[in-house]
Amino acid sequence: MSIKLEDVVKIAHLARLSLPESTLEQYAGQLSNILAMVEKVNELDTEQVEPLANPLDNIQRLRKDEVTETDQHNAFMQNAPASEAGVFLVPKVIETIE
Amino acid sequence: MEWETVIGLEVHAQLATCSKIFSGAATAYGAMPNTQACAIDLGMPGVLPVLNEETVNMAIKFGLSVGAEVAEKSVFARKNYFYPDLPKGYQISQFELPVVKAGTLTIYLDDGTEKIVGITRAHLEEDAGKSLHEDFQGMTGIDLNRAGTPLLEIVSEPDLRSAKEAVAYLKNLHTLVRYLGICDGNMQEGSFRCDANVSIRPKGEQTLGTRTETKNVNSFRFVEKAINYEVSRQIAVLEGGGKVVQETRLFDAVKNETRSMRSKEEANDYRYFPDPDLLPLVISQAQIDAIRETLPELPQDKQKRFKEQYGLSDYDANNLVNNAPLGGYFEAVVKQTAASPKLATNWIMGELSAALNKADITVENSPISTEQLATLLDRIQDDTISGKIAKTVFECLWEGMLDVDGIIEEKGLKQVTDTGAIEAIIDDVMANSPEQLAQYRDGKDKLFGYFVGQVMKATQGKANPGQVNNLLKKKLCS
Repeated sequence: MSIKLEDVVKIAHLARLSLPESTLEQYAGQLSNILAMVEKVNELDTEQVEPLANPLDNIQRLRKDEVTETDQHNAFMQNAPASEAGVFLVPKVIETIE
Repeated sequence: MEWETVIGLEVHAQLATCSKIFSGAATAYGAMPNTQACAIDLGMPGVLPVLNEETVNMAIKFGLSVGAEVAEKSVFARKNYFYPDLPKGYQISQFELPVVKAGTLTIYLDDGTEKIVGITRAHLEEDAGKSLHEDFQGMTGIDLNRAGTPLLEIVSEPDLRSAKEAVAYLKNLHTLVRYLGICDGNMQEGSFRCDANVSIRPKGEQTLGTRTETKNVNSFRFVEKAINYEVSRQIAVLEGGGKVVQETRLFDAVKNETRSMRSKEEANDYRYFPDPDLLPLVISQAQIDAIRETLPELPQDKQKRFKEQYGLSDYDANNLVNNAPLGGYFEAVVKQTAASPKLATNWIMGELSAALNKADITVENSPISTEQLATLLDRIQDDTISGKIAKTVFECLWEGMLDVDGIIEEKGLKQVTDTGAIEAIIDDVMANSPEQLAQYRDGKDKLFGYFVGQVMKATQGKANPGQVNNLLKKKLCS
């Protein structure tokens, strides 16, 4: 399976990556190579193999339902480029509704 | 052409835990913005999610209550999309292996029939934060208190055939999660939200038509309106020779219509993959058995019991089951009275519910105790007072008077059952209404009601209505 230029553009957009036009060809080739390598798995019989969700052979530990965190919003606000009245401010997002 | 409507619903029920699904931050509603969002909820570098055991117990409870298999092993996955109220750039959800597998929910329709609705699956996931679009000088405000709040997403099969069925399903589900104590069901606060997948097809057709997904419907009434709007819109599109486009739509409660949300189109590529930060969730049979022991009487079982034990109709049973405190009040009254459960139901669903609604209080705070209402019903049952006069006693009780028998005594409300006394009044009435009497005897049967009214008026409503009817019939014909 080979990755086309428009696939690269779409994947980059989904990941919010801005790729210069001149590099698309290069990425298409590299991504195709990765897929070709993964294709190798298809040569094996995996019928009896359970899909692996996590490489660690262990199960999820659970925590008690208790509130253990304190309010540190003033500290967290220090990281934000903009805030007002306790809320983080970001460039306006509007759902474009027809 | 005749069209068939096909509806599947996705319900997001916020789980009633103290802390978040993957962090120890509080989940209380209405706190100051961002005061309940910790480093994990904010997606700070280096943090790790740890699953809240109570969310797992709640998911198991739900699975058992809809007869579903609880997955021995389920897996958390990342659903990737970018939006400012989703700090990590992905939502932790479940995809291929959800915690609850297929089950069913039985609903009762208006025509008295039962319908079994398939539940495809239910899975655990985290909620996103809230975007505030107003008041920030051209910027969008972000409150992340809700980020990481545990949700159980419950997905139905496309088994529903009308907006009414969809609402019946939602109401039953809403009752169920509250009975289980896993969700407070507060729709205004967004604790119980619904997305509706709607499509239509020519009647008799087996394959499904193209569906749309309508989001943001946060009341039963809106669900019904949104679905009905969507159905007529799709019919108009198809009958006009067009094609229904698969898309996400938003319900506008003000304009009563659904509108396309174009922005969601290309975003619908979530690239799910197993979250490497979380190990597979394994649930033992012992844990499932232990939780089965804690299940309360389920609404569908109570519905059956109310019908069998008290001889109630589907309608009455359903009303009392959907409002658990009212159902409890009903059972307490029935235990203390000799009157029939049907009479108790009529008074509780009628006078009492109307008075509670008017005063905007719940039955737990009713000024009339179950004992008082039981005594009142006894007095109707033993013919001390008529049902009509009982309303006067009811009002006195509501106003704070305590003793039913005292009220009847003090106000002289006792029913007149003395045949001689009633006959004397009837004679009086007949003597005073010669014209009506002549007309009645001429065949104007409708005037019977006039005579009943006159007798009741003369006795201030205290005459036993059954006796009045019988005696009047005799006298008028003689």
